[in-house]
Amino acid sequence: MSDQEYIPKSKFGKWFNDRLPLLSLASHLTDYPTPKNLNYWWTFGGILTFCLITQIVTGLTLAMHYIAHADMAFESVEHIMRDVNYGWLIRYIHANGASMFFLAVYIHIFRSLFYGSYKSPREIIWIIGIIIYLLMMAAAFMGYVLPWGQMSFWGATVITNLFSAIPLVGEGIVTWLWGGYSVDNPTLTRFFTLHYLIPFLILGLVVLHIWALHVPGNNNPVGIDIKKPSKDTVPFHPYIVIKDGFALLMFMIVFAFFVFYAPNILGHADNYIEANPLVTPAHIVPEWYLLPFYAILRSVPDKLLGVIAMLSAILILAALPWLDTSKIRSAVFRPLYKQFYWILVADVLILGYVGAMPAEGLYLLIARVATAYYFLHFLVILPVLGLKEKTLPVPLSITDPVLGGSPNIAMAKNKESLSQ
Amino acid sequence: MKYFTKFLIILIFLSSNVNSYSAENIEYLKTDWSFKGLFGKFDRGALQRGYQVYTEVCASCHSMKYLSYRNLAEKGGPEFSEAQAKVIAASFEVTDGPNADGEMFKRPGKLSDKFVMPYENVEAATAANGGAYPPDMSVLIKARSGGADYIYSLLQGYDEPPAGITLDEGVYYNKYMYGNKIKMASPLSEGIVEYSDGTETSIEQMSKDVTTFLMWTAEPHLESRHQMGFKAIVYLIILTILVYFSMKKIWSRIETEV
Repeated sequence: MSDQEYIPKSKFGKWFNDRLPLLSLASHLTDYPTPKNLNYWWTFGGILTFCLITQIVTGLTLAMHYIAHADMAFESVEHIMRDVNYGWLIRYIHANGASMFFLAVYIHIFRSLFYGSYKSPREIIWIIGIIIYLLMMAAAFMGYVLPWGQMSFWGATVITNLFSAIPLVGEGIVTWLWGGYSVDNPTLTRFFTLHYLIPFLILGLVVLHIWALHVPGNNNPVGIDIKKPSKDTVPFHPYIVIKDGFALLMFMIVFAFFVFYAPNILGHADNYIEANPLVTPAHIVPEWYLLPFYAILRSVPDKLLGVIAMLSAILILAALPWLDTSKIRSAVFRPLYKQFYWILVADVLILGYVGAMPAEGLYLLIARVATAYYFLHFLVILPVLGLKEKTLPVPLSITDPVLGGSPNIAMAKNKESLSQ
Repeated sequence: MKYFTKFLIILIFLSSNVNSYSAENIEYLKTDWSFKGLFGKFDRGALQRGYQVYTEVCASCHSMKYLSYRNLAEKGGPEFSEAQAKVIAASFEVTDGPNADGEMFKRPGKLSDKFVMPYENVEAATAANGGAYPPDMSVLIKARSGGADYIYSLLQGYDEPPAGITLDEGVYYNKYMYGNKIKMASPLSEGIVEYSDGTETSIEQMSKDVTTFLMWTAEPHLESRHQMGFKAIVYLIILTILVYFSMKKIWSRIETEV
């Protein structure tokens, strides 16, 4: 990793670098040895960085025109849409950007699940990622409250009310969160403050996420440890930069389609009705990216247990590196896991679907089965599978078709020296 | 590349998922909206006629508080001339003040004024309409899941109630209304307005015109959005192709396929 030391050519460069090694950092980032067999699923890290920056830049611009007040928020959003120069563009990028961000993060997470990127030695990268994901959900939820439409208001009411399920102190906590006895102006102003703060926390965590990544280096589709740098790796620049750039542009085309031609399709019509505490919408639904967890929440008849189930569904991911007992990372060499992986994908999509539907009859039954399966996958299937599954032989290196590779670099080296 | 096909399939699944939000699946009446599609634009004539229907019919109950008279002369809208918009504004009486004596006073409207509201406040509007608040129409199209098709259908959806449904006083039957009961009497009738351009004033025509107008009030920058969107996407596609070939060239230095 820490390859040969970088020495700046100019005298000033050397003087500066001795005091603050920014040039060494730049050199490290440019030369960073990356597995050459990364497929396009690996481009979503770069895409997510783009999403975060886009949200921060558009968000800052919106904050210059938005008024966080219960009587003026809705109107100020209409002011942005009508009278601010390109305000409609900035707002539609920001609103659809949230959806794009989640789309990318779900692909990023499921890529990690498929190729076992969360396994040793990358547990810390994974856990930081889960914290980022949690913060993203918090930021998105609070952001959705800011336009102060009907779904903003009632979504905020439903979600904050979840805390009332906590025994004894629940009601007190809800009042404390609201800053009053219902969702009102104090709630809006604090949500705005937090919505402004969280992206910068995420930015800090992203730096840690990448830092932690650069210690062991990228996982790869084969899932074996590789020597870095070697014939299995390419320098980050220009190879990965151009590939990430290409994928980012493809992503931006999809993004642009939503912004320019279907800017409201991912939102809910009710949010164009100003918040009214006296009128409850027929169906209160969160944004699409929170629907699977909403389905889990509603599938449990008891409120407190429902909240616990929903939180566990996310937090269980943090324990994944230890729940998955298999030493083989990539699903490519795990025929059974591969099938269970796709069942999990289908399960989450089904949860998302029933989350959008009324919690009654067949939908509720499906939600319950899918919720049970979700936990079964992580708590039973993964631990057992790792011990029982007969995996396929793993290659020794990416370039080398010779089999006998191992997920552990020490073992790989050992075998390599034996074969020589 | 095949990964992106999968990616798109997931995307389509997600958007179809989102579409299924709408509570009931009623077939709305269809018409050829000029503002739909890649190059969709508003029909100027329809917008001007639609404004007439709004101001002569709807505006007696429905406010439109986020619009100003200047918007009527702006690009991408009905595009009345500035002189026409001034005349329209001046035909409304606006309460201004307080003046130097601390009194509120009435004056003719100016371009910078917001559309004058038919009632002082929500409560007054509700009280005057049998307990049902006539919603503000500024973003009405975007606030209904069926959008333009829904409003267009609703205006033409008044009918005799089917046997077995009894309606209270001041409640009407409408095929497209959620729950089929609506507190607004059929607002349009043949010839209720007189178009200066000689267009026939059938209910269907007026519904189409006023719905087009409401689409514009909800999305005043729709035309520039479509124009910019086309340019942006063409630009991105060209850039993507160029970057693709650069990528191929760079990766040709090593034997791995990209």
